[in-house]
Amino acid sequence: MPRRRDRARTSARAYRSELVQRSGLRAAGTYWDRLPGPVRTFAPALALLALAATYPFYLANLPGNFPVINEFPSVRSAVTIIVFTTMAVGLNVVVGYCGLLDLGYVAFYAIGAYTAGWLASGQFQQVKLHFGSVGITHDARGIHISIWLVLMCAAALTAMGGILIGLPTLRLRGDYLAIVTLGFGEIIPQFVRNADSLHGFDLTHGTFGISPIDAPGFGETLHRRVGLPASYQQEFNADRLFFWTALALLLLTIFCCIRLRDSRLGRAWIAIREDETAAGAMGIPLMRTKTWAYAIGAFFGGAAGAYVASFNQGAFPSQFNFNISVFLLCMVILGGMGSIWGVVIAGVILSWLNVEGLANIGTWLNNNVFPSGHNIEVAKYQFGIYGVVIVLMMMFRPQGLIPERRRKRELEEGSHGPLDEPVYELRGGDEPGAGERGEPKGPVPRG
Amino acid sequence: MIGLTQGSVYALVALGYTLVYGILQLINFAHGDVFALTGLFSSTLIVSHFNLDESSGALVILGGLAATFLIAMAFGAVVNATIELVAYRRLRSAPRLAVLITAVGMSFIVQNISLAVFDVNFRSVPPLISDANVFAIGGVHYNWQAFFVILVTFPVLVLLTWLVKNTRQGKAMRATSQDPEASAMMGINVNRTISFTFLLAGGLAGIGAVLFLVEFNIRYDTGFELGLIAFTAAVLGGIGNLSGAVLGAIIIGMIQAFNEGPFLWAPGSDWTRSIVFGILIAILVFRPEGLLGERTPEGA
Repeated sequence: MPRRRDRARTSARAYRSELVQRSGLRAAGTYWDRLPGPVRTFAPALALLALAATYPFYLANLPGNFPVINEFPSVRSAVTIIVFTTMAVGLNVVVGYCGLLDLGYVAFYAIGAYTAGWLASGQFQQVKLHFGSVGITHDARGIHISIWLVLMCAAALTAMGGILIGLPTLRLRGDYLAIVTLGFGEIIPQFVRNADSLHGFDLTHGTFGISPIDAPGFGETLHRRVGLPASYQQEFNADRLFFWTALALLLLTIFCCIRLRDSRLGRAWIAIREDETAAGAMGIPLMRTKTWAYAIGAFFGGAAGAYVASFNQGAFPSQFNFNISVFLLCMVILGGMGSIWGVVIAGVILSWLNVEGLANIGTWLNNNVFPSGHNIEVAKYQFGIYGVVIVLMMMFRPQGLIPERRRKRELEEGSHGPLDEPVYELRGGDEPGAGERGEPKGPVPRG
Repeated sequence: MIGLTQGSVYALVALGYTLVYGILQLINFAHGDVFALTGLFSSTLIVSHFNLDESSGALVILGGLAATFLIAMAFGAVVNATIELVAYRRLRSAPRLAVLITAVGMSFIVQNISLAVFDVNFRSVPPLISDANVFAIGGVHYNWQAFFVILVTFPVLVLLTWLVKNTRQGKAMRATSQDPEASAMMGINVNRTISFTFLLAGGLAGIGAVLFLVEFNIRYDTGFELGLIAFTAAVLGGIGNLSGAVLGAIIIGMIQAFNEGPFLWAPGSDWTRSIVFGILIAILVFRPEGLLGERTPEGA
């Protein structure tokens, strides 16, 4: 039986094994094929994880003047890269799984970051509330709650924010939803920028932002007993600790997203993405399912936002603009909507470009390619470059770098999800109603 | 009354959104940036090429402005149609999401072109139109600058209405927006009609940009925010509906003027954006078809 199944394998696999044989890697190839299924599934991920987790150790040994990219990101930059990737994976739930275009994800980032600011800083001088906080003096005023709890609070609060935003707006379809989310993405940053005297009450400290925000840590007791770091900021290798924690956060997010995708809820999301009307007809509660997608997407955004606020020791309104939403959306599109690994890889690449990659590439180009005196500032045109990337991707590879298998089929067969109705269908006019736009015209009862 | 002036500029931009949405069902995010690019271009034109300033003679100013309007219109139209030709045309049968995302991408590209050519500084033109009052009744002042804006906008709107309602090309536009396939079967060149719509939208944005310059200064990213406000206006009036866009724009302009005006209870200009987007969300939630629009399945 196993032999016959081997023979029936797809041509892609046959091609790959042929390649392996030709390249003289035959022994290794057959060995790989003989490994049990779970190993083959998890080994690449584990190898990647090991490579990522040990990054701080071998970073110093990497060449410092690498062509094109100049140097590899520092551990500090790597933290930011991972956190943004986490947000992209969260956004992938909304856009990739459920097919709801969200142009205001930055709102969730902001809510998460400011929750961390409220619950773990000296922002509210009027009160003094300590709970499991580390690294601050006992008489410090303000609310100081352990960052681990704050992460959960922020995630929960952001998820609630997602539900609040979602409930009234998710009845809308397609680009109307996109524009509403965009509106929220503009309102919330403006709110935090201006809410420094709401009837004399300073909620967000205006343009100055909330700073300093406490660092994570495990407290003195655990430090003495088990050796866990008491407070990240007070450790000499704080960046590494932040790095590993961020990696753990990302892994948790990925794990949750994979499990969610395969759950009943996840399958309902994908059904909605493929054909909303049919999904509704099959008994999927559309509103509830979409609201869940929103809440869960927001949940991860909030947790990541709170963590990055703790890492930066502050939440500032200038961090939250529309560009971030587009930037995260770019990661999802570039990676392939719905494909977790695609999004992770695109997220790492794009956030690296954002943090230091573009600047490095610019420096390298100016030093090696362009004649002196004709320098260009690559970093200045960062978003223009993203714009070009988006447009080119949409034209030539709309399914993304590593498309999810199912999503790819949808694109090939033509799906009827909320966002996949073609604008025009002038070709392929043999289907009934091919020329009409989307749904029938005329008054349609709302509800 | 300032609201009416602001509203006129919004109306010209909002019409661009509504025209394109009506025919292609696409939120052309790049439209606001075309506006900014055209505005920057016109500021250079006025300052460096025509050398206009407040000391020039009245006729020279009027002639120069008229020439600027024409050139800005042509420029905006060409830029907008080029965007359509380069980016959107290939995606005619692609999923809607793809086109929408491409529009966001084009917005960034156009914004960066403005940044590359005109740098990050704000540009402005000298006060060409006198700011003496046309009339002042009680506390309400109305100056020539504001009046000029309306003086230009009104004929443009009349002309546009005539163009859409009474000409052959306008008829083709309306037909295409109703049913592209049937129009194609009736011998309408759909692609050319769409191109024409983009040209028209760009031209309106060009006029709006010059009018904007008369009162305000402009920067590479001015267009994005203004575009969003104008889009709100278009949605408020009922997207795809021309008179709705104008009405919505004037309402938004009024709201903005009241909000930023000398009223104690007004939250002030810091909150303008929040209020405008709050309105946008409220409309989309409660009356997605807008004030004058027809009901569409979008909001169902």
